Amino acid sequence: MGIGRPALARALQSLVVLLVMSFVIYGLIGLMPGDPIDLMIASDPHLSAADAVRLKALYGLDRPWTERWLRWLAQVAQGELGYSRLYARPVAEAMGPALLNTAMLMAASLGLSLAIALPLGILASLRPDSWFDRVINLICFVSISVPVFWLGLMLIVLFAVELAWLPAGGVERIDGQGGGVVDRLTHLILPTAALALAGIGQYARHMRAAMIGEAGAEYIRTARAKGCAPVRVVLGHQLRNALLPITTIVALEIGGLFSGALITETVFAWPGMGRLIFDAVMGNDFNLALSGLLLATAMTLGGSILADIAYGRLDPRVRTR
Amino acid sequence: MRRLLVALGFALLALPAAAKDELIIGVTQFPVTLNPVIESMLAKTYVLAFAQRPITAYDPSWQLVCLECETLPTIENGGARVESLAGGAKGIAVTYTLKAGASWGDGVPVSSDDVVFGWEVGRHPQSGVASAESYRRITRIEVKDARTFTLHIDRVTFDYNAINDLRLLPAHIERPRFAAAPAEYRNRTAYDQDSTNPGLYNGPYRITQVVQGSHVVLEPNTRWTGPRPAFRRIVIKAVENTAALEANLLSGGIDMIAGELGLPLEQTLALEKRNGARFSVIAKPSLTYEHLDLNLGSPILADIKVRRALLLGLDREGMTRQLFEGREPVAESLVPPLDWVFAADLPRPGYDPVRAAALLDEAGWSVGAGGIRVNAKGDKLALELVTTAGNRSRELVAQVLQSQWRKLGIELRLRTEPPRVMFGDTVTRRKFPHMAMFAWYSAPENVPRSTLHSTMIPSAANNWSGQNYAGYANPAMDKLIDAIEVELDKTKRKALWHDLQALYAADLPALPLYFKADTFILPKGLTGLEPTGHQDPSPYWVERWRWE
Repeated sequence: MGIGRPALARALQSLVVLLVMSFVIYGLIGLMPGDPIDLMIASDPHLSAADAVRLKALYGLDRPWTERWLRWLAQVAQGELGYSRLYARPVAEAMGPALLNTAMLMAASLGLSLAIALPLGILASLRPDSWFDRVINLICFVSISVPVFWLGLMLIVLFAVELAWLPAGGVERIDGQGGGVVDRLTHLILPTAALALAGIGQYARHMRAAMIGEAGAEYIRTARAKGCAPVRVVLGHQLRNALLPITTIVALEIGGLFSGALITETVFAWPGMGRLIFDAVMGNDFNLALSGLLLATAMTLGGSILADIAYGRLDPRVRTR
Repeated sequence: MRRLLVALGFALLALPAAAKDELIIGVTQFPVTLNPVIESMLAKTYVLAFAQRPITAYDPSWQLVCLECETLPTIENGGARVESLAGGAKGIAVTYTLKAGASWGDGVPVSSDDVVFGWEVGRHPQSGVASAESYRRITRIEVKDARTFTLHIDRVTFDYNAINDLRLLPAHIERPRFAAAPAEYRNRTAYDQDSTNPGLYNGPYRITQVVQGSHVVLEPNTRWTGPRPAFRRIVIKAVENTAALEANLLSGGIDMIAGELGLPLEQTLALEKRNGARFSVIAKPSLTYEHLDLNLGSPILADIKVRRALLLGLDREGMTRQLFEGREPVAESLVPPLDWVFAADLPRPGYDPVRAAALLDEAGWSVGAGGIRVNAKGDKLALELVTTAGNRSRELVAQVLQSQWRKLGIELRLRTEPPRVMFGDTVTRRKFPHMAMFAWYSAPENVPRSTLHSTMIPSAANNWSGQNYAGYANPAMDKLIDAIEVELDKTKRKALWHDLQALYAADLPALPLYFKADTFILPKGLTGLEPTGHQDPSPYWVERWRWE
């Protein structure tokens, strides 16, 4: 079977999911108690009843949320994401820098996390229940249990306050000397480390479990019986099959990393998508919140498609199905 | 790779403290818009205070002063005169002269036209300006010349010359954007689309860089004609998490933390103990009135004896001493002691648990099983307090209230809600059953019309506007508020304020707790920064800041 029809089917499925998600997200934000005008009234003693009516009409908040959603949909169909109410600029313009910052942080932390976790998981699986396995397990449990905000603060205290080796936060130096690649990489180290360390535990545990699961398989015993070198058995046969579940986990993680690094971004004053989406939801900025959350959904769906493609590469049986 | 690592090593070594002609200020919030009239937000007010001066403001001693005008117009100096309006009502005409030489950063003089334009935007129903009241009160502006103009106001109020909200807008830049589509102005303002345009700023600094969500850079405005500011560069950096903000300060990433948008007092006190030698800490009691709004619709709290007992049964002095080392003064009413209209001679209720218990007995609440008071019907004296989640100070205070009132036989249930829910729904729609703990932030001599006048009780009929969340209605209070607003004689007005505070203490529509302190953490060398404690922030006088 060619790749055209399945890919088209997946793309159509994804569109339907995005449509449903936009409806759900819009509805949920619309159902949140209070709207921006209610909050303005609470903070501004001079706001009159007439002002409240005028402002609600101006921002379209006097219309039912379903009607507003349909209007938004029509606007999106014409390729227009609209204006961000909070940032008073087009949504794409408001999201652009945050998207870039998050992509950098996500790629760096996921890459570092996998680079450490996968070898640890493989090594732990080679001798289950040995002292080495137990040490790795301990590291994994610490990584899973430690709250990321605490870890972030500890990294700041150690490397920024005590040792003064690294900046405590931000994306670049703000004294007019920054902005270069090295400067941005320097600022990326601590948030990347915090996110990566928090992710190592679960990836290593999954890798270990998958490797142990494959270790008893018939094809492994056959390979060994045929006199295949142990390294080749592990890396060429066992690992290849064990990577299938890891691929799924990593693929589904992309969407979460994209929008869910709110705590890390807040602690490190990293202006990324997590903070942007949070502010947009709390500020009833429908256009921005919807676009941000739908982008996160699209990333998850994209990750899922990538996982399918990777399955095909890793397991020939998937290709032929 | 090796080269990259070496470069990285050099970069790490080259992270020095900021130079003395540069100041990096840490704040906890980033402004979402920079337009002076759209959206009310403390972070915006703070950032703009360096770069955009209003015509009048309250100074650090809480006196109204001119910032962009020559002399504050008064009836006494002839700058204002009461005039008759059609229909027999009285209005007032107030004449201002803009400062000689004042100009925008691009060299265009600040003119009366900018005042007129700011007023046009403010009163336009589609401009997106939230509170149009102060603009609507001005019926017309008579331009005498490029620097002199007269405001014709439709009523005579004592604060006739305080035009802090009437912001100057550079007509030569903003008018074309506004005129093209007033309803789209809020999305097209140059303050957000062209934020570094020098022509937008008339203060000692102008904004030269905005990195969304991260920081704002300010550099001296070469067209500023006032005293030359000391810093070559000021950076305002947003770090929302207060622990991370503190770490940034300790690591040298920022030089100071602004009190207007800084650390909570308890965190500042802890930092002062650990690092007092490195920083100067100023805790300025402010106008922020922390209190308990009582829902007077509740049958329990409708009884004044119960409300008085609640106040007498609370050791507020002990509470602020224990929790805040006494740096947040106990509130005796809604008027802070630093305000000139504060009635110092009124009796202070103090802590009197014996009298409180007697009042509860009189109100029909006697001690029942388990020590909780019950009434004749057997109903328990149980109250619920709602406050904002994640606010450590309030959570501590709520626990103290719970413990102290428990000794009186009152059961207090605590409920916390995200600010968004609490202020977007629970409080504004009067859904709290008994008490809500939060704070009001205001200007000096702020008439409590919106919080105490009977016409300001939020309801569906008035679109939930008004802030009289207690549902307090007393014709005597309404009369006092109406009278204070129009009383021009200061002596008479002070007497009216005295009566208002006495009535407030007698009726107790809310339980006063304390006035919050703004805590500034400054580097030892910084001088001239004077906290205000009110809504006009300290950078309005940034040209006085110096490194010593």
